[in-house]
Amino acid sequence: MKPARFEYVAAKTVAEAIDARSSFDDTVILAGGQSLIPMLNYRVAQPDAVIDINRVPGLDTISVDNGAVRVGALVRHRQLELSAEAFAAHPLLREALDNVAHIPIRNRGTICGSIAHADAAAEMPAVLVCLDGFVTAQGSGGERNVPASDLFLFHMTTTLDSDEIITSATFPALPKGSGYAFEELTRRHGDYAVAGICAVITPGPDGNCASASLSACGIAEKPVRLSAVEAALVGTNLSDDAVSAAAALVDDMVTNEDDGAGGRYRRQVARTLITRAVAKACQRAAQGRA
Amino acid sequence: MLNQPDRTATQGLADEDRIPVSVTVNGEAYERSVSPRLLLSDFLRHELRLTGTHVGCEHGVCGCCTIRLNGETARSCLTLAVQVDGCEIHTVESLGSKSALGPVQQAFKECHGLQCGYCTPGFLMVVTDYLENNADPDLTDAGIRTALSGNLCRCTGYQNIVAAVRRAHKIMHAG
Ligand SMILES: Cc1cc2nc3c(=O)[nH]c(=O)nc-3n(C[C@H](O)[C@H](O)[C@H](O)COP(=O)(O)OP(=O)(O)OC[C@H]3O[C@@H](n4cnc5c(N)ncnc54)[C@H](O)[C@@H]3O)c2cc1C
Ligand code: FES
Ligand code: FES
Repeated sequence: MKPARFEYVAAKTVAEAIDARSSFDDTVILAGGQSLIPMLNYRVAQPDAVIDINRVPGLDTISVDNGAVRVGALVRHRQLELSAEAFAAHPLLREALDNVAHIPIRNRGTICGSIAHADAAAEMPAVLVCLDGFVTAQGSGGERNVPASDLFLFHMTTTLDSDEIITSATFPALPKGSGYAFEELTRRHGDYAVAGICAVITPGPDGNCASASLSACGIAEKPVRLSAVEAALVGTNLSDDAVSAAAALVDDMVTNEDDGAGGRYRRQVARTLITRAVAKACQRAAQGRA
Repeated sequence: MLNQPDRTATQGLADEDRIPVSVTVNGEAYERSVSPRLLLSDFLRHELRLTGTHVGCEHGVCGCCTIRLNGETARSCLTLAVQVDGCEIHTVESLGSKSALGPVQQAFKECHGLQCGYCTPGFLMVVTDYLENNADPDLTDAGIRTALSGNLCRCTGYQNIVAAVRRAHKIMHAG
């Protein structure tokens, strides 16, 4: 349980980190280390070089702009969770972060690291997918924004090039009049989710569902958008029956049978979490209007 | 003798490039040269001979290696020693001594919050952080259990650890 040998590069700028990424065959970025170092310890990862970005200045800022929240590559889970400004603008983020691991791990782990790591059961990638967010990546080819819908390929794999670094992630604002919720089931608080559901619901003036965004983690090989459920919710009066009928459409998307939670059980969990998340989101939307 | 670094534990790393690290641990300054792949947990235990920090799983799950890094709890098994250059670290050794236990240590002793003691250093660090960093810590069962959720104990069944957290809070606010 000790890492194999690697070159250690303490980058002082993003450019230095990108250079280092191109000058070795196999590199990893050391952000919070909360997923990387376990993999090094197990020797699942045996990179030629570990590029530490912790001493790059300017990457630890949270910026709030008209309800959207952008987090730099070194913003720790706990830093965003405790940010009063981010909470006031975008309370969904804190609700989701409360489910990410435990405080000592959230003190070190970063949001961008979690997105880059792309664990299929991780919460923040699912939140990014639900909100149609994006990451900003820099590589030898320059800078680009990659939307969440194009980012996640499968468990622990993104579409980013091997020389690219995520410099920030942007979570777009919650729509006006909407309600939100993040609901998940774990065997123990802070563990990776059996299933997690992120929901943003906007009721129209008539109380019917005007728009719905839902995503899930833990149920498939990557964080997924629940488009069929969304389509079934829009236009309904969001009654218990309507929501249950829509939630049942998640069944086909549940492909993960691992971790002691078989397919049937996980489908049931996902349905239940959807009904809970939608109910909570509707309640919050109603409170917001009152 | 006791203060000699334990070279056997890091011998395999002897021929590797070493990187200088200066770090303050429990108020004392240390300078060492370390291999980049040396974990902070092994650095504390083998290089500095601070064996109070325990190592259970080396992948972040058990919590017994928890220390405070610049005032915040962190897993020393998920930190490289080279990362802590210029940092301030507190380990369980900072909480008290055999003749003068700190309040959290005293509470664990009084409430039988430990049996074999393997997990205890991590619990003591997490509980200290929880009680020091929260002006008004949630002392309900659920609040305490959430605060402790990142630490595993195979012996006690947690009941007495939960009791020890409340007791420690009392001791800390007694005078
Ligand atoms: C016991 C335990 C429980 C956990 N439970 C959960 C949980 O319930 N939910 C959850 O979501 N996570 C959980 N985690 C993981 C934790 O959230 C990690 O912090 C996170 O997944 C990775 O972030 P990091 O900053 O630590 O990344 P690192 O570990 O430093 O890096 C992880 C990977 O991402 C790459 N990377 C990191 N930053 C960048 C970047 N800026 N650009 C490009 N690539 C980058 C690295 O190359 C590496 O491959 C848990 C971890 C532990 C140890
Ligand atoms: S040894 Fe570090 S968490 Fe188990
Ligand atoms: S007292 Fe033995 S593991 Fe906790």
